[in-house]
Amino acid sequence: MSTELVTMNIGPIHPSTHGVFRMRVTFDGETIIDAEPIIGYLHRGSEKLAEERTYTQVVTLTDRMDYTASMTNNQAYILSVEKLSGITPSERGVWLRMIASELQRIAAHSVAIGFLINDLGAWHTPLLYLLREREKILELFEMMCGARITNSYLRPGGVFMDAPDEFWPSLNRFLDEMPNRLDDIENLLTDNEIILARTQNVAILDKNDAINASITGPMLRASGVDWDLRHRNPYDYYEKISFRRPLGTVGDNNDRYLVRLHEIRESLKIVEQCLDLIEPGPVQPEEVPFLVRPPKGESYVPIEAPKGELGFYLVSDGGISPFRCHVRAPSLINLTLLRDMVIGYKIADLFVTFGSIDVNMGEVDR
Amino acid sequence: MGPVRESFIFEFLYCHLSLEASCSSVRIINIAFIPESLSWISFSLTAFFWIFVFVNAALVGVLALIWGERRLIGKFQARLGPNRWGPLGLFTPVADAIKVMFKEDIEPTLSDKLIYVLAPILMVVPVFMIFPIIPYGAKTFLTNISVGVVFVLAITSINSLSVLMAGWASGNRFAIIGGIRAVAMLLSYEIPMGISAAGVVIVAGSLSLSGVVDSQVIPNAIFQPLGFITFLIASTAELNRSPFDITEAESELVAGYMTDYSSMKFGLFYLGEFMATIASSAIIVTFYFSGWRGPSFIPSEIWFLAKWIGVIAIFIWFRATFPRLRIDQIMSLAWKGLFELSLINVLVLALMIAIWPDPTGMQLLLMTAINWIVFLASVYIFGKILSPNLTGNKIKKRSVIYGLD
Repeated sequence: MSTELVTMNIGPIHPSTHGVFRMRVTFDGETIIDAEPIIGYLHRGSEKLAEERTYTQVVTLTDRMDYTASMTNNQAYILSVEKLSGITPSERGVWLRMIASELQRIAAHSVAIGFLINDLGAWHTPLLYLLREREKILELFEMMCGARITNSYLRPGGVFMDAPDEFWPSLNRFLDEMPNRLDDIENLLTDNEIILARTQNVAILDKNDAINASITGPMLRASGVDWDLRHRNPYDYYEKISFRRPLGTVGDNNDRYLVRLHEIRESLKIVEQCLDLIEPGPVQPEEVPFLVRPPKGESYVPIEAPKGELGFYLVSDGGISPFRCHVRAPSLINLTLLRDMVIGYKIADLFVTFGSIDVNMGEVDR
Repeated sequence: MGPVRESFIFEFLYCHLSLEASCSSVRIINIAFIPESLSWISFSLTAFFWIFVFVNAALVGVLALIWGERRLIGKFQARLGPNRWGPLGLFTPVADAIKVMFKEDIEPTLSDKLIYVLAPILMVVPVFMIFPIIPYGAKTFLTNISVGVVFVLAITSINSLSVLMAGWASGNRFAIIGGIRAVAMLLSYEIPMGISAAGVVIVAGSLSLSGVVDSQVIPNAIFQPLGFITFLIASTAELNRSPFDITEAESELVAGYMTDYSSMKFGLFYLGEFMATIASSAIIVTFYFSGWRGPSFIPSEIWFLAKWIGVIAIFIWFRATFPRLRIDQIMSLAWKGLFELSLINVLVLALMIAIWPDPTGMQLLLMTAINWIVFLASVYIFGKILSPNLTGNKIKKRSVIYGLD
């Protein structure tokens, strides 16, 4: 019997490409022989646009890169600007942006897990449970800064406004409820036989391969490498906080799911510690000018975004806008190993693996 | 008009048309006008009337199921579900149907036109043929054919042909993968389904559905749990419903075999699938939940309807909770799990019926107990001991470790 390989074009419009990702995949029956990722369908030239805006205006561009994690994008950019211009942030501003970025991590991981399970074929049930929790976080963000997705909350030196009084009881209520909700999710998903059978021992990423390919974030930790920038290279006030770093043991899709789920629990603990340590005060030092004009130089501050190491490399020529802005986007770099991870597995595993990498096309193409 | 006269609803209408002598006792009002010599006319009129009623009832049933499924899944997913059109959103499926009808009908250039048009028709028409033979109540059934069980199994397997035709004729690679998956899966699950049904036939000693209902002093779901579980799983797979919806597999194949279908051709697939769910649920009620039987203070039709809705709700529950299995896992579940389990069930039942051909009350209870022991033991052996070796993927529950400071 003679058989032929089938080459299929999956995407850019496809239910589970998480945006506009395209793959040219060659199948032998159901088995993947080759997968060629093709990106660039959501390129908006953010880096070039940044060169024509003031340092404060660029914050709004960073919101739109990884639109499931705007707060951490803001944070990475603002830390780089602060290093470039030598601004010392106000204490309350830093605590507020740490709270915001940890809440954002919970929201981003909820989205990642929800869509991963959706790629497995669950009919939206776990996704909607997780999106309901994310909705509460978005409401908290709305209280903080008036926006839900594209927050633009952070400014050089801190944040642009203090959280209102009704924010704190709402946050406490969320912190009380969320562990129970996570228990529900775990009951439904973690020991589910079908999920275990579908995700275990699929698309195993070796520790050394991951390090060599500059993989970062939960994907690297799922392969068993204890590398979390909040712990290894603390920025903001993370050295005053204690938290555990969940690590995977095998490095397959199931580990990537588990690591994210446990990071949500750790993030909740971090927010609680921030709540204990935060004190009243100004949210932005008064000496920060409206137009930041850093001296000539360059800066890069990597942070631990929900998807991995995110950093803005900024070059200043002494003007009011960056001379060059380059983004080290974790989604793009984590995506580079997709081809090697999926070859030899089945069609269905391709989408699960893609979901477990957790990329955001807005950040891949920028 | 021999066997069809067994059916009460058929006879009732027939006797109000025909002047046949034997009819006079059934007649309530004397409006019959067709002479006995022209009884074929009264027969045809009655048949046409009931066909009309059954086809339309099935279509209304589909609308109700679409509403019920969306509403119930809404509750499962902590949201409201459809609630805009009509009370409780009851008219939502009507709005859906109107929308589907007015969509543009697209035929892809690469498609094989004749087969492309035939496939959706073949999906819907066979399912209509199941409804007339199901006994809905003690006297409420249209016809009682003597090979009902075989007929049901034959009719339900036609839709795999339709799926393959649709996948092939679309000229689309997503569709052909969906079609091929469908054939592989549906053919595999035919076998455990047929063998489980054989267990029902052994107990009933009859192939007619009325005979199957009559035989169930203890409902088969309790009497032969192993057969029930295998039949339920196999019919979920036959229906292409979650967790076996690999032929559509939204997150992988967009819409599988119906990717290129639009307008009412897509509507027919949609209709066919929901109608198959209704029909399969009715079959499961007949085979395993003792059909219309129940304490007599409630009419038998109500018993049937209640059980029917219950089984449909089980299918909706599956859909709301389970992720999808992969093709190789589905195939190994069919051939390395369900196939053997259904054989064990038939073997045990055949042995027991050979020992006690006409079981009394105590013997029935004893047989039930033996069946449950066999059920629990074999599910334990296959699920816990053998399954890791069978699927090749040794799964084990694990958790994360934490980085050291």
